[in-house]
Amino acid sequence: MNAANADQHGGGPHHDDLRYVYAVCRPLAAPLAADLTGVGGVPPRQLVHGDLVALVGPVPERDFAEQPLRAHLEDLDWLSETARAHQRVIDALTTVTCPLPLRLATVFRDDSGVRAMLEDGSERFRRVLERIDGRVEWGVKVYMENAEEAKDTASEASDAPRSGRDYLRRRRSQRTAQEENWQRAEGFARELHERLSGHADDSRLHAPQNSELSRTPGRNVLNAAYLVSRAHSEEFVELVDRTKDEGAGAGPLRVELTGPWAAYSFTGDADDEEGTTA
Amino acid sequence: MTASPGGGLPGPYGSGGGGANLADILERVLDKGIVIAGDIKINLLDIELLTIKLRLIVASIDKAKEMGIDWWEDDPALSSGARRAELARENNELKQRLAELEERDALEPAETKAETKARAKASEGDT
Repeated sequence: MNAANADQHGGGPHHDDLRYVYAVCRPLAAPLAADLTGVGGVPPRQLVHGDLVALVGPVPERDFAEQPLRAHLEDLDWLSETARAHQRVIDALTTVTCPLPLRLATVFRDDSGVRAMLEDGSERFRRVLERIDGRVEWGVKVYMENAEEAKDTASEASDAPRSGRDYLRRRRSQRTAQEENWQRAEGFARELHERLSGHADDSRLHAPQNSELSRTPGRNVLNAAYLVSRAHSEEFVELVDRTKDEGAGAGPLRVELTGPWAAYSFTGDADDEEGTTA
Repeated sequence: MTASPGGGLPGPYGSGGGGANLADILERVLDKGIVIAGDIKINLLDIELLTIKLRLIVASIDKAKEMGIDWWEDDPALSSGARRAELARENNELKQRLAELEERDALEPAETKAETKARAKASEGDT
């Protein structure tokens, strides 16, 4: 690296460090927690450019240049640690502002690269920041407990199948019951989504999470995100809490709430989000 | 957590603030969030990380436990009861297979059985 890229954060990080960008936001009204660390255990800093701020942290080239990064991303250990560090910074930022979170591993060569990015995207950033201003994201998932396996356990103790044919017959009747449960779950999920959308500024339906892959009894029938103003968040949470009991009543359904998240699911422009709007 | 502007924001539910559920975190940081072409070009969508990695996570529970990722243990639906149910299912399948094998065995020609027994004896002698 040349001398023109003089280090602005002084000390610690090396001159040839790359810049990992976590989020773009408006200038912060309150400081971030002093002990906050991001990727690589290094505290993030604010890079101010006009009326926009990029939250950046130095990361070593040996880990974040294209080749090593690609290799690292195949390493589950490394990936989960980095994802948690990324989310830790976004979470901290969400307590003081409504940031625009960047996708994992957005890396620039130096500060001037980050500035150019802020400059080039300024119009888009302002538009999205305006849209998510004062709002957070809540995640709601509905799971259908696997009735089939639950029955298996119950019957297992008292009468084990006498023959292969007996076993197969039993499985078939369980499958029919499962089909009915599935339809009820879908109906519940659809109705819940409509109701929650009515209490949110925006919503997104995401693909159900790894249900066939998980080999666990919970089948994810709804995976949605809701953009809710901070002021209405308490109300929204109470609304979801109330539906948890309804879910338990409507067959083996479980409603799960996560958040508050930064507005991860609402960072796209209105025009480049095809078909995901509910 | 410090107070938020606008105040009154409910505390973290699930993975939002607590950082507990890795699958939820990966879903968001890998798959949502704004995409900006950095200087280091990695297209996460090309790698299909979300599905690949989640598959890895759920497929190798033992490996994940080794690494201290045990979020499903906090999840009532995914906890030991779930694994017991899975064991019961496997148990049933094994019983069925055993019954099939026994049936087939009964139909097998006698000399094959005799041969098998002789071989078994021979190997017993070896040890």
